[in-house]
Amino acid sequence: MHTYAQARPSHERLAAGLGWFSLALGTAEIAAPRTMARLFGIPDDPRLVSVLRGFGAREIASGLGLLTQPEQPGWAWSRVGGDAIDLAFLGAAANEDSANHQRVAMAAAVVAGVAALDLICARGLQDHQDSRRALGIEPSHDVSVERAVTVGRPIAEVFAFWKGYENLPRFMQHLTSVETLAEGRTRWTATGPAGVSVSWDAETLVERENEWIAWRSLENADVDNSGSVRFQEAPGGRGTEVHVHLTYSPPAGQLGRGIAWLFGQEPGQQIKDDLRRFKQLMETGEIPLSEGLGLQRAAQPVRDVADVAAMAGVSPELVGAGARLEGGRA
Amino acid sequence: MKAACWHGRQDIHVEHVEDPRILNPRDAIIRITSTAICGSDLHLYNGFIPSMKKGDIIGHEFMGEVVETGTGVSTLRKGDRVVVPFPIACGHCEPCSRELYSLCENSNPNASMGEALWGYAPCGIFGYSHLMGGYPGGQAEYARVPFADVGPLKVPEELTDEQVLFLSDIFPTGFMAAEACGIRKGDVVAVWGCGPVGQFAIKSAYMLGAAKVIAIDRFPYRLRVAAEQGGAETINYEDVSVSDALREMTAGRGPDHCIDAVGLEGHAPGLKGAYDKAKTMMMLETDRPVALREAIMNCRSGGTISVAGVYGGFIDKFPMGAIVNRALTIKSGQTHVHRYMRPLLERIRSGEIDPSFVITHRLSLDQVSEGYSTFSGKEDECLKVVMTP
Ligand SMILES: NC(=O)c1ccc[n+]([C@@H]2O[C@H](COP(=O)([O-])OP(=O)(O)OC[C@H]3O[C@@H](n4cnc5c(N)ncnc54)[C@H](O)[C@@H]3O)[C@@H](O)[C@H]2O)c1
Ligand SMILES: [Zn+2]
Ligand SMILES: [Zn+2]
Repeated sequence: MHTYAQARPSHERLAAGLGWFSLALGTAEIAAPRTMARLFGIPDDPRLVSVLRGFGAREIASGLGLLTQPEQPGWAWSRVGGDAIDLAFLGAAANEDSANHQRVAMAAAVVAGVAALDLICARGLQDHQDSRRALGIEPSHDVSVERAVTVGRPIAEVFAFWKGYENLPRFMQHLTSVETLAEGRTRWTATGPAGVSVSWDAETLVERENEWIAWRSLENADVDNSGSVRFQEAPGGRGTEVHVHLTYSPPAGQLGRGIAWLFGQEPGQQIKDDLRRFKQLMETGEIPLSEGLGLQRAAQPVRDVADVAAMAGVSPELVGAGARLEGGRA
Repeated sequence: MKAACWHGRQDIHVEHVEDPRILNPRDAIIRITSTAICGSDLHLYNGFIPSMKKGDIIGHEFMGEVVETGTGVSTLRKGDRVVVPFPIACGHCEPCSRELYSLCENSNPNASMGEALWGYAPCGIFGYSHLMGGYPGGQAEYARVPFADVGPLKVPEELTDEQVLFLSDIFPTGFMAAEACGIRKGDVVAVWGCGPVGQFAIKSAYMLGAAKVIAIDRFPYRLRVAAEQGGAETINYEDVSVSDALREMTAGRGPDHCIDAVGLEGHAPGLKGAYDKAKTMMMLETDRPVALREAIMNCRSGGTISVAGVYGGFIDKFPMGAIVNRALTIKSGQTHVHRYMRPLLERIRSGEIDPSFVITHRLSLDQVSEGYSTFSGKEDECLKVVMTP
């Protein structure tokens, strides 16, 4: 029997709540800034209204940030900063003759209350992050992540795709290659920001046809890590359930920081994204790219196809006309 | 190329941008010949949909000519004339194989955003925010169409663009909304909203055997189309009480099924409207479910509430008690357009329906700003805007 019990720190739960609040407030400020202005008791002046709309955009950005990365104190701090700006804005608005002073005061009281929550949240998350950093590594503890995905392909096909290891870089963002050496050994190479690259050797511990693969890095590896993937038939002809369990112990100090990118800011999310790409590749034969990935750039055609691919964590040779599709299905 | 780009609330204009390129093997590039503005685009225009970015190319109802295909596309050729369904679907995942195309699990590269907001992510949609994949849309000269071997439908030369364009969205949307009701002999269907989606819901309800369709709106010219083209009986909610009128028109039974073709920008006169405006302002809800509430309260016990109108977030004062105690069924979803394109094309070909009856404004893509403000403001008796690049 499998029970899932990964607790989420209370500050992260608070962060998620504030994220929802940000989204709703932001949407209202953008959609109905004049009514909002009236509600806050601010004079109906086009300048002030456009400021309010700007605040709306900021709220939505912090909201999405808090919801997708609740453990990152940065988003909560951005709310604290925003609260300060709101209060300053309300203060300035209160000085305008046409302001409804009673309403401005009420709005200010509400903002102050929310600001207190934001501060508690940001401080909590910051303490957590600082204590991790103080140990000279980030994150300091051994990381252990479990994620699963259902792939609508027969178990033998899904297993065969993993077993060779050399397919992994096709959907794992940071891996550039996995070579097979002699005696069940493999050499893994990953490339991070600014072309930093690390490499380590691993040995296969288990390889049970259509059931289970497990590996572990050899002693001299920079990043001590291990992985295990279990394959199981999904019910009702839904294909194959793939359960991935990865652990790693980041090295201490300078080196640890240098390769922190390997498992991402949030390893769970990273692996989830990798597995989504795996499913796409197996089920559709490709990893669909979008010009407006994330919120980094507008949804407009791009000049350089390799850029989109890199942003999406997809190896360039899989992109564009002429891509080879062996392994997946065309 | 030229494309309609979103720059903020009520700011959409044409800009020069890069031409699209093939990014994936299963892509095709379409040269667009006709493109329409949808009621869903108005939610972007009025700033109700989060995760838009300045410069986003919008538009999801378009058709045109195939000019380039990726190596993985063998079903289309250069020169083919196609209509493109608005949801992007891979054709192979479990939802796709069950014909639930708008739930495709592989077509939304920004799935993590959808998961944060809604629990799980829906499919990708052309030109409809980053939450929906961040794909550039089709109010442009060209568009890249992912999974082009699954979506685009080849259309016969003898039918004009205007006759087949709405297979991309609103005809299937109205049809799916009516189909979801499971209409039986003698059933009365009430439709809230006489925009393009409502108009197709009315026609489809009759096609599927409704004895009577009652259409509700406040714009006389839209109610007129519902009556004259759709054969509906009409209620102007600004003149009479909707619930009194419905009771009267169904001899006390209430409509067997209710379709919400209004969505999150529902309008209500007087206090009811002010209530939801205040609530959205105070961040206690994000959407204004005026029509949805009314549909629930007025539906006959045991009936269906079919929600075609789009909602994005949260609503308040949702009459759950009515749903439970009167065993109402709620059906909804972004339309599984692919499922309906072929059968509805047949209905057009046979002359059973000519979808172009909703078109009131024919503009060039350069006039897109004007198109949005006219359609959004319901000015100049505007019902549907079609643009040519
Ligand atoms: N589910 C889907 O896949 C899908 C596809 C297309 C459109 N849509 C949605 O369908 C809805 C309608 O689209 P459209 O193109 O017809 O838009 P539209 O804006 O032209 O039509 C909406 C109509 O609703 C009327 N209305 C507003 N409040 C009302 C109320 N309280 N009672 C009765 N009528 C009311 C308006 O007067 C208007 O005529 C939108 O929400 C749109 O996003 C959904
Ligand atoms: Zn639409
Ligand atoms: Zn799919």
